[in-house]
Amino acid sequence: MNRSLEPASPDVRSRPLAATLLMLGCLAALAAGLVWSVSVGAATIDLKTVWAAVFTPNPELTAHQIIQEVRLPRVLSGAMVGASFAVAGAIMQGMTRNPLADPSILGLNAGASLFLVLTFVLRPGTGYTELILISFCGAGFGAALVYGVGSLARGGLTPVKLALAGAAVAALLASLTSGLIITFNLAQDVLFYTAGGLQGTRWEQVRLMLPWFGAAMVGGLALSRSVTLLSLGEDVAKGLGLRTGLVRALCTVVVLLLAGASVAVAGGVGFVGLVVPHVARALVGLDYRLILPSSALLGALLLVLADLGARMVNPPFETPVGLLTALVGVPFFLYLARRDKRGM
Amino acid sequence: MGDPVREVRHPHHPEPRDRSARGRLWGYGRGSRGPSRPALTLLVLGGLVVAACLLSLNLGFIRIGPLEVLQTFLGQGTDQQELVLYQFRLPRIVLALLVGVSLALSGSILQGVAQNGLADPGILGINAGAGVAVVALLYFTAAGTAPAFALPAAAFVGAAGAAVLIYAFAYKGGTVTPGRLLLVGIAVNAGLGAAMLVLSLRLDQQLYSYAVAWLEGTIAGTSWRYVVALLPWTALLAPLAFAKARTLNVLNLGENVATGLGAGVERQRLLLVGIAVALAGSAVAVSGGIGFVGLVAPHLARRLVGPNHRVMLPAAALSGALLLVIADTLARNLFAPVELPVGIVVAAIGAPYFLFLLARTGP
Repeated sequence: MNRSLEPASPDVRSRPLAATLLMLGCLAALAAGLVWSVSVGAATIDLKTVWAAVFTPNPELTAHQIIQEVRLPRVLSGAMVGASFAVAGAIMQGMTRNPLADPSILGLNAGASLFLVLTFVLRPGTGYTELILISFCGAGFGAALVYGVGSLARGGLTPVKLALAGAAVAALLASLTSGLIITFNLAQDVLFYTAGGLQGTRWEQVRLMLPWFGAAMVGGLALSRSVTLLSLGEDVAKGLGLRTGLVRALCTVVVLLLAGASVAVAGGVGFVGLVVPHVARALVGLDYRLILPSSALLGALLLVLADLGARMVNPPFETPVGLLTALVGVPFFLYLARRDKRGM
Repeated sequence: MGDPVREVRHPHHPEPRDRSARGRLWGYGRGSRGPSRPALTLLVLGGLVVAACLLSLNLGFIRIGPLEVLQTFLGQGTDQQELVLYQFRLPRIVLALLVGVSLALSGSILQGVAQNGLADPGILGINAGAGVAVVALLYFTAAGTAPAFALPAAAFVGAAGAAVLIYAFAYKGGTVTPGRLLLVGIAVNAGLGAAMLVLSLRLDQQLYSYAVAWLEGTIAGTSWRYVVALLPWTALLAPLAFAKARTLNVLNLGENVATGLGAGVERQRLLLVGIAVALAGSAVAVSGGIGFVGLVAPHLARRLVGPNHRVMLPAAALSGALLLVIADTLARNLFAPVELPVGIVVAAIGAPYFLFLLARTGP
């Protein structure tokens, strides 16, 4: 965290052992969380039935139907969304060298919301699948705007410009969205999409998201070493022979895919992209080859647990998932911030 | 490089390093056509603010021409003109100026203290704290029973409470590092946001709309009372902020240099954060959560007059005032008689200009 105040040094503290343990622990916890999340809900289903429903589904049984049609896709998309936001946030923070950066400063959420609201205004009654694609396009539009303005600038796209252009574009698009909502009185219709949550996720969304998710994850991990170099500062990265402009563009594409798909499926789930990377950094050091996979697992775990909470706090009503991520995340984050490791 | 003076360099004084390449999120207008005559820029900005105020006086549901405005101020206007100008337009304009100045200065100070260009008053939980307090007040008092002044008072208490909370969490071993301050700010902000969501879900629809409208930021329904409530804060704190310009310049050099120069970094930082909190808290209390001004005004100022806080702070204050007066005028007139929340208009007009500046100036 205080890195930004010190001259960058090429020695990167990393803790491979801690990272390995953390990832194994997270994997185990994630597996347990997935199973638990599938079995618990408005109707609790015992683990034997869960096992049977997943591996030998019998469409005659109601329990199997619930699991196959409702809970399984929801849990899987939750894990993907959590991992996506966390990795996107980690890349953004490493690339811009700013601890306050997260996917939302690329204007993704703002763009997606604007396109959704425009759709409600121009073509009410648009189908769900189309809405997902539209919000994906909106996310792309927001990012393109940010990137375009940043690149137009003399001296090219610096991290400073990316972050500032992002903040401005996000504010602009959000203000247009609010204006439309007020003018056309759409608050009720849009709330479901903008509040963020996984209710109503189906296999359709999982199938839509999976290829993008897979490709972007592989891309992110392939770029992780370059992100580490970028996080040491422009001149160090250049001195070590990194083509910073190219790497930054590739990173942005990865972030766009991850966050765009997630925003389309789950809306803007805040906090995950901002906080999980800090937690990962505090635990495994400053090497992004370890930070990215750790962030992915931590983010997936956080969102699966938060979604579980969202269904259990006040059944049969859904609690907004952002509330639960904050409940779990804030105390832990405060503890880490006070531990005062230089890695934060 | 053809300049012979620059060719000859003492071996111990190598070429000064390009600060922007240090990767700090810190937009300077370095190497741009920008900051040549800051004083002139300040004068122009001041002139624009005055012009915007005059224009704002003329415009509205009832058009009053410039001459009529002048006549009214000289005591020669009709009763209706007097009422409109003195009771409705003038207090709004004055309040917009004060709020703009307060938010802009608050943002400038925070960006300087945190050494982070994405810092703004919101990060210190000011808006979130005020929001929680306002929603809680609406929740625990039956609808409409709270006196008119309870809302701003609650907002101010909430804002101050959030700031104290963040400072307490960030305080450790006698210091508050900028990094910890930001991180704790993020966390407390999120926590307060969650608390607000819980309370909001329990409010009934009508009260909730009221709370949301207030939190979007509004200068509607202003009377002189609000101006009187805010004026002492701004009048006291703005000069204090200007007086701290040198300290902010020193902090800009980085932690180690500042300590080396004997700046008494820790105490100064506490004082500066205190000033920023009081500025933003008082503004939020009377106008709700107007975002974006605190974030962007400092950057606008930096790109117009350069990073020296002696001129940057006044430029930021004027930018903030100008932005808010224009935005409020538009919010009143665009869809009259319907009012837009001023926070929305601020972003809609401020962002394009800011992006234009961003694309034009150097790194």
